[in-house]
Amino acid sequence: MSTQTPTRPVYTFFEQVVAMTPGDPHLERCIQCGTCGGSCPSGRDMELTPRALFALVAAGEKDTVLNSSGPWYCVSCYYCMARCPKDIHVTDLMYTLKRYALQTGQHKRSNIRPASGFSGTFIWNVEHFGRSFELGLAAAYHLVHHPLGLPKMMPLALGLLTKGRMALLPHQISHMNELKAILQKAKDLEEEDWQALEVGKE
Amino acid sequence: MKYAYYPGCSLEKNASAYQVSTLLTAQAFEIDFQELDDWNCCGATEYISLNRMAAYALVARNLVIAKEQIKTGDHFPQLVAPCSACFLNLSKAESYLTENPPLAERVNLALAAGGLHYDPGGLSVRHLLDIFVNDIGYEKIQSLVTQPLTGLRIAPYYGCLIVRPRFQGVFDDYESPTTLDHLMRCLGADVVDYPPKAQCCGGHMTQISESCAMEMLNHLLRSAVDAGADMLVTLCPMCQLNLDAYQANVNAFCHTDYHIPVLYFTQLIGLALGIPAEKLGIGREIVDARPVLARIGKEPAQPATPARPKRPGKEELPMPHMPEAEPGLIPAKEVQP
Repeated sequence: MSTQTPTRPVYTFFEQVVAMTPGDPHLERCIQCGTCGGSCPSGRDMELTPRALFALVAAGEKDTVLNSSGPWYCVSCYYCMARCPKDIHVTDLMYTLKRYALQTGQHKRSNIRPASGFSGTFIWNVEHFGRSFELGLAAAYHLVHHPLGLPKMMPLALGLLTKGRMALLPHQISHMNELKAILQKAKDLEEEDWQALEVGKE
Repeated sequence: MKYAYYPGCSLEKNASAYQVSTLLTAQAFEIDFQELDDWNCCGATEYISLNRMAAYALVARNLVIAKEQIKTGDHFPQLVAPCSACFLNLSKAESYLTENPPLAERVNLALAAGGLHYDPGGLSVRHLLDIFVNDIGYEKIQSLVTQPLTGLRIAPYYGCLIVRPRFQGVFDDYESPTTLDHLMRCLGADVVDYPPKAQCCGGHMTQISESCAMEMLNHLLRSAVDAGADMLVTLCPMCQLNLDAYQANVNAFCHTDYHIPVLYFTQLIGLALGIPAEKLGIGREIVDARPVLARIGKEPAQPATPARPKRPGKEELPMPHMPEAEPGLIPAKEVQP
């Protein structure tokens, strides 16, 4: 027995999702009532609403969940989380599903690919300057991830610039090295956590 | 009253009108907001979608700075954020780190790489509106009103993140909040019934799925117009940006013709206190609020476009024109013989 290698992963998909969510998200309590999807302002655009995603997580349908656009349509308004009769941390779980899909690379298969690109571009600025930089974010994001949206953005950007509402240069915080070291260490810790759960690139 | 103050990235430039009006009105009520030294971005809703530990460590650095500043100064142990997303991130991180010692332990491992350490607990994170309605109070605000906003019909828009979910610092109902309604009535304004007051503006969705975002914004703008509102009042830079700067995009996408200005609640408090409009950053909004304010006598009427006649006056060119009919008289038809 001891020489036999395990044929199935040690952790179920459900356990991995719960473990990577801060605190206790109470996912096992879901009664499939649909209050989450019914309250969701962008629910009608989701292929799978939170209710359906949670049923699929419990069923171990990992690829169906991670290839879905559902979590990427989440606008983080927490309406589902405030209304859930079983106090399930729906929004936190949506974040976990996004991170899981990024970890395995499956975010590229959903039909709303720019979503992770936008988050990534936003954070690139934060990681380099310590603060958000809207002009750089808008320009880089549209050029790389959403070039067809560029013409529509021009009048808007011009309006904000003429009203003095868009900075031309980023503002860097003075303790940038301190912040960079903290974020690098945090990323290493996050990777450790994924490795411990045996989650990696597909 | 002294508070630690976390402005957030938007207030530096995009929502500079919110920043100047906040500081000016706070001054009028003898509130001292002391900005955190060398604060960093809260990560908005983006970092937590990419990396959990980095997202919490990023916010925790701000919490460390806040606690340090509160310890050395004579502040309340309270951190005030005017932006709803910053407020939520700071309050959520403080709550989660306090409730989950294992999470706090791991976040501290990351903080240690920058020579910092955080002991969660004991810090109260509050939104700016909470300070105005609960610490200053409606009566105090009303007592300083010199220029009531009589006749201004306001749709109060709270957005999602200050009323939800039940982390610390929540001060209003998550389905049907009322504090901003009361505050606007104290200023003398008429508050219209605005059912989607606590619905989401879409946040970053304008950048990701245009159809999804435009439908959400259309619903918010349509409800305000249907309720007969002159303007929307908000308390979040993201909501202001989406409803104001993207209004033209909504009009193009949904074939609508909205022209409804969106101001911050601090700008309206300032107006009611008699602070000149330009000092409050009024005029920096994309949909000009000045015509509406001129109607209630708060701002001299300023034409949106330079006053240049589109065509020369009648006397300049010998153009044929109908003689002016006397009022009430329909010109008789010429009867052909």
